[in-house]
Order: sequence, then structure tokens, then C-alpha cells
Amino acid sequence: MRTTLGERLTDWAISGFMWGFRILIVFIIVYGTFSTLSSGKYTGEQWIDFIVFGISQGSIYALIALGYTMVYGILRMINFAHGEIFMSGAFSGYFVATWLDEKGFIDANPVLGLLIPILFAMFMSASISMLVERIAYRPLRNAPRLVPLISAIGASFFLAYAFRGLFGPGVYAYPPIKALDGEWVIFGVGILRSQVIVAIAAAVIMAILYFIVMRTKIGKAMRAVSEDKVTAALMGIDVNRIIVSTFAIGAAMAGAAGVLYALIYRQVFFLMGFTPGIKAFTSAVLGGIGNIPGAMLGGLVLGIFESVGPALFLDGLGIPRPYQLKDAIAYTMLVMILLFRPSGILGERLTSKKA
Amino acid sequence: MNKRLLALFSLLVIASMVLAACGGGAAPAADSGDAGSDAGSDTGSDTGSDAGGDTGAAMYECTDALGCVTIAPGEPVKIAYWGVLSGADGSLGEDSKRGVEIAIDDMGGQFEGHDILLTTEDALCTPEGGATAAQKLATDTSLVGLIGSSCSDETVGGIAALTNAGLTTISPSNTRPVLTDPARGPDYAGYLRTAHSDAFQGKAVAEFAYNVLGVRKAATIHDGSAYAEALQQVFADEFAALGGEIVAQEAVAKDATDMRPVLTTIAAAQPEFVYFPVFVAAGGFIVNQIRDVAGLEDVKIAGSDGIFTADFLKAGGDNTVGMYLSSPDFGAFPGGYPEFIEKHNAKYGGAPLSVFHAHAYDAANILFAALKQVAVVEADGTIYVPRQALRDAIYATQNFQGVTGSLSCSASGDCGAPVIAIYEITSANPDDWNPQDEANPNPKKVYP
Repeated sequence: MRTTLGERLTDWAISGFMWGFRILIVFIIVYGTFSTLSSGKYTGEQWIDFIVFGISQGSIYALIALGYTMVYGILRMINFAHGEIFMSGAFSGYFVATWLDEKGFIDANPVLGLLIPILFAMFMSASISMLVERIAYRPLRNAPRLVPLISAIGASFFLAYAFRGLFGPGVYAYPPIKALDGEWVIFGVGILRSQVIVAIAAAVIMAILYFIVMRTKIGKAMRAVSEDKVTAALMGIDVNRIIVSTFAIGAAMAGAAGVLYALIYRQVFFLMGFTPGIKAFTSAVLGGIGNIPGAMLGGLVLGIFESVGPALFLDGLGIPRPYQLKDAIAYTMLVMILLFRPSGILGERLTSKKA
Repeated sequence: MNKRLLALFSLLVIASMVLAACGGGAAPAADSGDAGSDAGSDTGSDTGSDAGGDTGAAMYECTDALGCVTIAPGEPVKIAYWGVLSGADGSLGEDSKRGVEIAIDDMGGQFEGHDILLTTEDALCTPEGGATAAQKLATDTSLVGLIGSSCSDETVGGIAALTNAGLTTISPSNTRPVLTDPARGPDYAGYLRTAHSDAFQGKAVAEFAYNVLGVRKAATIHDGSAYAEALQQVFADEFAALGGEIVAQEAVAKDATDMRPVLTTIAAAQPEFVYFPVFVAAGGFIVNQIRDVAGLEDVKIAGSDGIFTADFLKAGGDNTVGMYLSSPDFGAFPGGYPEFIEKHNAKYGGAPLSVFHAHAYDAANILFAALKQVAVVEADGTIYVPRQALRDAIYATQNFQGVTGSLSCSASGDCGAPVIAIYEITSANPDDWNPQDEANPNPKKVYP
């Protein structure tokens, strides 16, 4: 294993460049942060607002990211139609909520008025996702890896434009829930009620998921299939059933995320799944794809960075219109974290079998 | 392998050159200029003129610098509409398309005994979408003229392809000032518009904010689009010239949804007035979220013609009530507008979707008037349309009595008669949207 001087010099130059790059980015971030904070442009309350906005956006990313990460964990496949599953959840929730709103039900029972659309959206999203799995993915289970990926992209477009055909290209406004207007004062800080509800709902749903995966029989079976499909089948696990349930559970969470998203941004339209889908995929990679707590953490980290980042890093550097660079921050952070930890924040080192 | 590929490729190139040359040879006095880009259009027109020759009629000699479109008997006169027809801003383009359709109805659906055929191309309100749509249309050699695009971004992306194909387009709704700047460059030779330039619109909003609302500190948000970026800058300059202070100019990505962080940054600058001349999706997100941000609960807000549509009420919800929108002043349109609205509402069963239907109607009529001047009609019904002559005739339009005013096109393509008004939204119910209604308009005109 002797290497020539030239090879060693090249290695040395590359790792030197990488370290220089990392140090440069960290320096820019620290410098920007320092000069923003020392300029005193924002009050403490405004910083808290930034973080709260980030948490509610991030918990939605996290919910969607779980679907990506679970499917990847089991099939080693990126389900690109997942953003559209999220969109279909938002649409289902919208139609139920509007119907309930017209009957005056939401104003009378705000809790049920929130819960029913979420449950219906979870059901619809899960059904659509199971159909997609059956039609677009299962026949390709043993095909080379790129094939189901292309099929997923096709399914994504099909769903988006099917919704366009059914409900038109216009924008629908999710009905406001009056009980959620205004703020709650928590630890002396006023926080928007809708944001609190979204964060709590997301936390509860994720806790339930974690319980299912870690403590129930089906969760155990899912983990077994994720480890090794063939051996799991030999142990008497119905692999197809487990894969379908994985799709259904992931999609149910995306459906719930769709309604929560509609709740804080109040708009539903056929292309709404694209950007959150990509961001959630980023979150899943960020946290370590295939790792469930990683997806949750990745979503939160991404949401908070997006919300706080432009004001904290870029304002201080004197960059005009920093919010246009929000996405640049998100993806720069992805690159940074993958540079330091190639398998994501909580990702395990992939064995050759899994990779 | 490579050699064979190369051979095949060169064979194809030679074949296409031969074909192009044959076409040129068959036409007497074929245009020598612009050989490369016009090769396609030549072959198209020549097959047509051959057909004319067979019937024994005197053959028309096309000497036009950009070539001619030949419309054989029984073939339709093709015009195209390109603009945004889907997505959150679809109503902007759909509204203009209806204006063109009404203009075609007024012609009885026919030009010199040929049916008028309107094709459409969705340009998605983005530069990329505009480029794709324009490239597709540029390959259609039977196309006479175009109406569009809807969004300034689409024109920025697509105009070079259209101009180079010898086509001319009239936009009913592009408002970015620089599109008709005298120094806009040769790519824009095929571009005119009946819409107002935002140099007027931004000024009207600034005057309204400073003089009528009496605010002195304003902030703006744009979405990085050619339209919004230029318009908010015009506003900022005019507002500062009046003596006001611009405390913040922020921008978001066009597909951004979480506006609260950028609004928090704006709140830190404590404006009294926030102006966001963006499109429907982003506008809806901003209006929905602005009242949630501490410090902006009571700030006065305004937008512009990009969100002057019932769709914006759907997207923005209850918070839109009391918001100001600038738009062409429908009340100041000199003549024929009520009759136009009557035709529109009878044909489509409802009030116009957005603001530029009348501008599109005028644009189509200018195109038809120019077509009438330059088209050569043979005895057998064949029509020849010389492209450069058509373009020149459109530029030469003077005192054209349109619905939106008396229109005269400048050498840099500005045909619009800009009269801007500020409207206030009085109801958030999209079904109530009817700014043309006399008794109970929503939104209601408040300035001038």
C-alpha cells in the first residue's frame, strides 16, 4: 500500500481545500451572526418569533420527511410522489373542513373541527399511497433501482395533474378556525395559537409513530424487513403487507401534515406539494435517511435554519434582500452537514448490504 | 462507431441544407436575408405558393425581409395566445385570452373568408416557461401573429425566439418598464404592448400613499420576478421623491410560503405602509400572515394589478378587506367598455377574472387592423402575409380607438394609454368580485 509522493500531495491538497472550505463557511456564519446581534436590529421577542415560526414550519417538514425515511428504510427507494400525497391530504382536509364550516360545526366544536379533517386527510392520503404502491411500485420491486425512481416521478406528476384536472388550477383558502385566532402567552411570550397547535399536533403524531415502530408487533416486523427482507420472509413475516403498511403510515403522516400546513398557510392548490416535498426530502437526508428520529430532527433543524438564517447570518453580512436566499441557506446547510457527517446527523454508517 | 455517427450527422445536415435550398429555389426572389433562422418559414410558405401556382392564378412574389405566411384557400388564419394559463396566476392569462376571443367573435370568426384559429401556449409566468412556449410557437410557420405574454418574466425568456422567427407579439399585460425602453435591444423588435408601463403604476401608488393615506414610512416586498422587482423600485423612487422614507425593501422566493420571518424583519423597521406588488400565491401568503406579526397588526397594505383578481380573495381570505390594489382605471376607459363587458359576461357567464381583458381585446384588434392593411388576397382566396410589413404596420398604429383609450404605438413598442386608479377591497367573498359594477363595486375605486 505504498503511495507515491504525487498521490499523497493530491490527497493533502484536497483535504486541505475541504478544511479551508469548512472553516470559511463557519467563519462567515459566525461573523454574520456577530454583526447582526451587535447591530441590535431585532428585539429578543422577535428572535423568539423567528424560532417559533421555524419550529412550526420544521415540524411539518418532519412529518413529511418521516414518510420518505420509512420507505427508504424498507425499500431503499426514494418515493418522489410523497409530496403529492401531502397535497392530496391538504385537499381532502380542505373539502371536509369547508363542509363542516358551512354547517357551523367548526365554530361550535373547534377541537373536533380540527380533528375530523386531519383524520379524513390521513385516511385519504393512506388510501392513495397504497394505490400508488400497488400500481406504480410493486410490479417494479425487483427491477434495477432507477426504474422505480422514474416510476415515482411519473406518479408524482400524475397525481398533481389529476388534482388539477379534478379541482382546477386555482387556489383554495382553508377555512379559518376562530378559536385559533390570536395568541397564547407562554412563559411571558405571546405565541400564535395556530403555531402552537401545529407544533403540538406534529409532536403527538410523531410520538404515536415512534410507539408503533418501537413497541408494537407490526413495528417490529417493519424493522425486521428493513434489516433483511429475505430473512424476514423466512421468519414468517408477510413482507408485502409490511411494505404496504409502511407506505400507508408514512402517507397518513403526510396527510396530517397537509392539513396542518393548510391551517397555518391557509392555501391549498395542486402544485403545493412540490417545494415542501423537496424540503422534507432534504430534512430526511439531513437527519440520516432511513433513521426515524433523524427525520424528525432534520425537519426541525431545517425549519429553524430557514426561519432564523436570513436574519441571523445574512443581515449581518450586509446582503440585501436576504430572504430570497432562504433556500440557498437550507441547501448550503445540507452540504455542510454532509461534509462533516456524510451519513447525516443521526445516520448510522451504512453497511455495504444496505447502501 | 463515432465515425459512423459523424457520417450520419453530416448526411442529415446536408440533406436539410438541400431541402432548404430547393425550397428557396422554387420561390422566385426568395429573401436572402436571415437565411439561417428563416429556413423553416421559407419552406412553409413555398409549398403554399406552389399550390397557388397550380391553380393558374398570378403568383405573388414575396419580397418581404422576414418572409411571408401563405394561407391557402380553406386554411385558417392562425394567431396564437401565449401566457400563463395554469397555476395560481392562471386567471391573469385566462382573462386576457377571453379578450382575444371576443375580438375574434367581433370579426365574425373570419378574416377575408378564412376562419380565424386561435391556438394557446401556457407560459407558466416564468422565464423558462416563456422560453419553452416561444420556441414551440416559433417553429409554427403558419402563424400570422401573437398576443401575449401575460407576465413580464415570460417575455424576458421568450421574446428572442419569436423575434428571430419573424413573428410579432402584442402583450396585453406585461408592465415591466424596461420592455419598451428605447434601448431594449434588437431581440425586442417583435414586441409591443397595450398594457401600461409600471412607471405610471408605481407613481400612482406612491402618490396615493403619500398624499391620500398620509403615510411617511413605507416598506416593499417583491418576489424576484421581472414585474414585481421593477414595480416596487418605481414605487420606492417616487415615494422617496415625494419626501417619504423607504424603511425596508425585502424580497422572497416566488414559491415561498412562510412569510412570517420576512415580515418580522420588516416589522423591525416600523413602516406605516407595506407595498407588495407580487402575484396571487405569494400575495395570498403575505396577506394571510401579515396580521400575525407583532408591529404590523394595523399597517396599511397595498398590492397591484398582478393580484387584482377574485382568485386573490380566495387565496388571501378575510385579511384582504381594506387592502388597496392599483389597476387600470376601468371608469376612465373612454368608450365601448360597458358594451364589451356585456359581451364578456354574456359569453362567459360572469364578471372578468382579472384586469387585462380590455387590453387584450385592443391588442387583438390592432393586430387585425394591421393584418387588413398588409395582407395580399389573391382571386382564389389565397392570402399572403408579409411578416416585416405586418410588424411595421403594427408599429405605425396611430390614434387607434380602442376600449382602453386612443392608442398610438411608439417606436419602442408602447401602445398603451395609461390611466391608473387605486381600488379598495370591500368584501373578501370571491363571488362578490365585480369592480365593473356601478352600484356596488368590489373592489371600490378610491383614487383618483
